[in-house]
Amino acid sequence: MPKTIIEKIWEQHVVRTHPGEPDLLYIDLHLVHEVTSPQAFEGLRLTNRKVRRPDLTLATVDHNVPTTDRSLPNPDPLSAQQLETMRQNAKDFAVPLWDIFDLRQGIVHIISPEQGLTQPGMTIVCGDSHTSTHGAFGALAFGIGTSEVEHVLATQTLTQMAPKTMSVEVTGKLAEGVTAKDVVLAIINKIGVDGGVGHVIEYRGEVIRSLSMEGRMTVCNMTIEGGARAGLVAPDEKTIEYLKGRPYAPTGEEWDKAVEAWNALVTDEGAKFDTYVELKGEEIAPHVTWGTTPAQSVPITSSVPKPEDAVSAAAKETAERSLVYMDLKAGTPIEEISIDRVFIGSCTNGRIEDLRAAAAVAKGRKVASTVRAMVVPGSGPVKMQAEAEGLHQIFLDAGFEWREPGCSMCLGMNPDILLPGERAASTSNRNFEGRQGVGGRTHLVSPEMAAAAAIEGHFVDIRRWK
Amino acid sequence: MRAIKTVNGNAIPLNRADVDTDQIMPKQFLKRIERSGYGPFAFFDWKKDPSFVTNNPAYAGAPIMLAQQNFGCGSSREHAVWGLEDMGITAVIAPSFADIFRNNCSKVGLLTIELPQEDVDYLMSRAEELPGGNITIDVASQTVSVSGTAWSRHFDIDPFVKHRTLNGLDDIGLTLQHADDISKFEESRPALKPDTSRAFTDSLKIG
Repeated sequence: MPKTIIEKIWEQHVVRTHPGEPDLLYIDLHLVHEVTSPQAFEGLRLTNRKVRRPDLTLATVDHNVPTTDRSLPNPDPLSAQQLETMRQNAKDFAVPLWDIFDLRQGIVHIISPEQGLTQPGMTIVCGDSHTSTHGAFGALAFGIGTSEVEHVLATQTLTQMAPKTMSVEVTGKLAEGVTAKDVVLAIINKIGVDGGVGHVIEYRGEVIRSLSMEGRMTVCNMTIEGGARAGLVAPDEKTIEYLKGRPYAPTGEEWDKAVEAWNALVTDEGAKFDTYVELKGEEIAPHVTWGTTPAQSVPITSSVPKPEDAVSAAAKETAERSLVYMDLKAGTPIEEISIDRVFIGSCTNGRIEDLRAAAAVAKGRKVASTVRAMVVPGSGPVKMQAEAEGLHQIFLDAGFEWREPGCSMCLGMNPDILLPGERAASTSNRNFEGRQGVGGRTHLVSPEMAAAAAIEGHFVDIRRWK
Repeated sequence: MRAIKTVNGNAIPLNRADVDTDQIMPKQFLKRIERSGYGPFAFFDWKKDPSFVTNNPAYAGAPIMLAQQNFGCGSSREHAVWGLEDMGITAVIAPSFADIFRNNCSKVGLLTIELPQEDVDYLMSRAEELPGGNITIDVASQTVSVSGTAWSRHFDIDPFVKHRTLNGLDDIGLTLQHADDISKFEESRPALKPDTSRAFTDSLKIG
């Protein structure tokens, strides 16, 4: 029987299956960070359990780290305690930790692909909903809660019900200036924030194939914002080319064997998905969110929608609430919305390609006097590469701040936050109320759109702006 | 995990859709390394509004929360579940839940009960009008009923989650009963898969 790539990877990892019970699924890689793991390690201590496979586990610090000079003492004692707890847990349980002064430190979903740990056909979990990012390599990767983190630490498995499958096909070609970020915002707008609940998505079609690995990671990253826990792209030459020569990628004969196995990871002709969604690449414009869910977005050429045009009474009420929170009037053209802050970074758009795109826009220009803009590389290697290419100088000359790697203002756990009432153009993934700081207002956009907004002080259509 | 057989009491009507876990447990409280004590921080920013439903003393101590579709979306933070648990919530009733949140609840012992929209709307308006209205949830028979009325509805629950909930079983303990299966699987696992304990000197290829 023809199978989807999702079913193939699932079946390769089933340890035990029993009627009336969820499958027991083996986990190839468990990524751990400081925020969602302390209680899991404590649980192991209380029950006298060990980490079953430290060699399939990798810890780093990212959510809570300062992005300023790290040789100075951490200004936040609670944050310092959480980082220290991660160190102690890694030591006590013999888990490899890429700590704050490790060159490889960075956002967990950026560093694993970067070092070649994320590979096709793997099952990957992390106590973070954006674990879906790793799906870009044809891996089945999803976020878990702290109880499940403890479960994986203790058993290297998870109990999981087989998911439904969804095909999201993006056909045709993208216009100049339209990015992976716009593709995924358009997908979420189409399916809604709960459209993917219960599903794993396979992203397909010419547009997805045309994206770089970085672009595919951006799309897979935001899968959870459409409600699906995991989304993936079948591996192809780009995947293999990206992995070749990376530290944790196989070498020699093992490489050949691995490539052979990866090439078999495709959805068979005639395989059926539970749900089908299709978008035309030509119809996707640069998107800007106007509300407080990632589905509330419109093309840059549009205006803030009227709540009365919403599809249901519930959607109308949500839209009204969003407009009050965002302090926006229905009918305002998106290009007329002024911003105070710009954040370029995060596991969605903090990779080298994103920084190159933003730097190309910023080059030779100046950030508007009314805007404070910051660039936070996703990892140590991204920062070093950007500096080797001189991107940091472009940003600094234009008036952007250039920071140390971490999650930063994406979730504002460290001092990088919006003040009440501040409005931001952000390349991150969530525009929830208060996400980037209590009372802060977030508009999600691509790195190009964020950089252009920083310079103009309001949103502009990157396709017409030169 | 705590065992739950029945839940009985009044319900907090949180009449909103797409309530994300950033609202249930804002980020600043995720720096804590403790497992308990999150109740006072639940809905921290929304609670600043005196008219927010959890500020109404009529709902104090209610063991049930009513909400609209896609409750618990967004971040995987289990701290959101711990916050609800610590404020005394044992069950949430909504038309739908986000996947990770629902999973997290099933590990902690917090019931997530999906009912059709019209049933949630009925319970919601009843709870808004009659703050003391009493709801009973019986896990064994999978029913939600309203005290003093004939209103009763069946709900679906995954049989394994039901078994664990009724008996308060530790998920990890159950899995470790299959440790032999895990070891057997590991023996046949391809050796090609990456090993995080390997060390490298050159680790700076970016792409």
